[in-house]
Amino acid sequence: MSTSATAKPLDVDALRADFPILATHIHARGDDPGVPLVYLDNAATTQRPRQVIQSVVDVYERQYANVHRGIHWLSDQTTDLYEQSRAKVRAFINAPALEQVIFTHGTTESVNLVARSWGDANLRPGDEVLLTEMEHHANLVPWQQAAERTGAVLRHIPITDDGRLDQDTLPRLLGERTKLVAVTAVSNVLGTVNPVAEIIAQAHAVGAVVLVDAAQSAPHLATDVQALNADFVAFSGHKMLGPSGVGVLWGRGELLDAMPPFLGGGSMIRRVYLDRFEPAELPSKFEAGTPPIVSAIGLGAAIDYLQAIGLPAIHEHEQLLCRRAHALLADLPGVRMLGPAPEHKSGIVSFTLDRIHAHDIAQVLDRHGVAIRAGHHCAMPLHKRLGINASARASFYFYNTLDEVDRFVAALADCQRVFSRRRT
Amino acid sequence: MAIPDDDVYQERILEHFEEPYHRGHCPAATHAHEDDNPLCGDVVRVELQVDDQGRVAGAWFQGDGCCISQAAASMLMENVEGRTVEQLRAMSATDMLALFGARLTANRQKCCLLAWRVLQAAMFSPIDGDKAPAAKDSAP
Repeated sequence: MSTSATAKPLDVDALRADFPILATHIHARGDDPGVPLVYLDNAATTQRPRQVIQSVVDVYERQYANVHRGIHWLSDQTTDLYEQSRAKVRAFINAPALEQVIFTHGTTESVNLVARSWGDANLRPGDEVLLTEMEHHANLVPWQQAAERTGAVLRHIPITDDGRLDQDTLPRLLGERTKLVAVTAVSNVLGTVNPVAEIIAQAHAVGAVVLVDAAQSAPHLATDVQALNADFVAFSGHKMLGPSGVGVLWGRGELLDAMPPFLGGGSMIRRVYLDRFEPAELPSKFEAGTPPIVSAIGLGAAIDYLQAIGLPAIHEHEQLLCRRAHALLADLPGVRMLGPAPEHKSGIVSFTLDRIHAHDIAQVLDRHGVAIRAGHHCAMPLHKRLGINASARASFYFYNTLDEVDRFVAALADCQRVFSRRRT
Repeated sequence: MAIPDDDVYQERILEHFEEPYHRGHCPAATHAHEDDNPLCGDVVRVELQVDDQGRVAGAWFQGDGCCISQAAASMLMENVEGRTVEQLRAMSATDMLALFGARLTANRQKCCLLAWRVLQAAMFSPIDGDKAPAAKDSAP
């Protein structure tokens, strides 16, 4: 989650050529050729390059069997690919050991794994779990459920009016009762890049364990779990060019070793009797059942692709797009920007337009081929804090262009025309 | 880019959104209900005056939300006045979508159906129990 380093500019056109879907036209009907797709919903899920798609096809066509099971050639091939992918994830986040990298089905499952396994084993009545007001539901609800099971109490780091964590409250919120801090590295609505390393240092000072929700940071900013000194880091494959259905949980070895298994079933056992079982070693202990084999292999291909570009270059390009969007939106009347200035955030631009509901904005933009997200983006408490029901969100990735930002803002201006023609 | 005739943001719908029919309180309301669509935050409250013959003498709405949810509420209020509770009970979701007229994706049909859903509950939600002609029926 480092934002430093200067990188050389991206050859965006060349990169776009790797993404078949970015060349499509949408809304084609009869003789109407439709409009080119402007995909600005990357915080929800990104698109995939041919290299990732091909890796999935290759496995299914030539190397597919179940992993860790068969004593046959094909199973060995698949297992090798699956484990190579784990090694790629390890390098991507600079994890100290391979077995600390656990494949899950997504960030949501990763957080639930920690809440169920670590939470149930370690939280006692009166213990505190510190979250923030800007968390995604996936990093709120599992802790609400854990609190209900264990009697632990939830507390929340407030945000400032410009959408940053109010760090001044940390000394008051962190104490000897604080057992766990769960914080997002980048807000999926505000785009805010949070000072995670600083929060981890302060949390460790009171003996708390820290889980970092890296779903919105891993695709855009370099992740180094050792430099962060984190305890758990969770993220998803589909937000970083990978197939859907695979996620990662990295955990500190001694924590994972001490934790009871989460899901029970095949693979996660060493030995099973009729009335009991002995759990397997890491990482199998937390990979019950047939894992998302092909998605995990595809995630490895996605990591290769991202590493070849370099995350610093990706971040710099997104900053360029973000600054352009901020500058152009400032010229439109009735825009309320959510979140801080571009230099404090990732490539996410959320806003409201005076008197036009976010769903109407998204629908008019869709006519122009521009795909954005509208609604509460799985962050209802944050929207309540901001005093709104819904917002519109454009989120960029390295394959978006300045021209696309211009078309997005032009479409917004058209949206305002649609809703203002009776008043002019 | 051609804009089809069944477009969501056609003139008729924008008119209902910007100059709604009976937005406000029903002066002699006998029935009322309010609900929201938590996914998008749309809110609609419907207040009805149902007379002794079980006929809707007045229908008003209040609300906040997207163009579709609010325009649909306005159209529905205009449509239900003069009709009986019995007739309105028979009004289906399909009827509501037909009344709205524009082609809607599944997601946005929920916006359109909010007012209809609230109306269906409002008919069985008397403000003053004595005046409720259909109070013995359970809400749908």
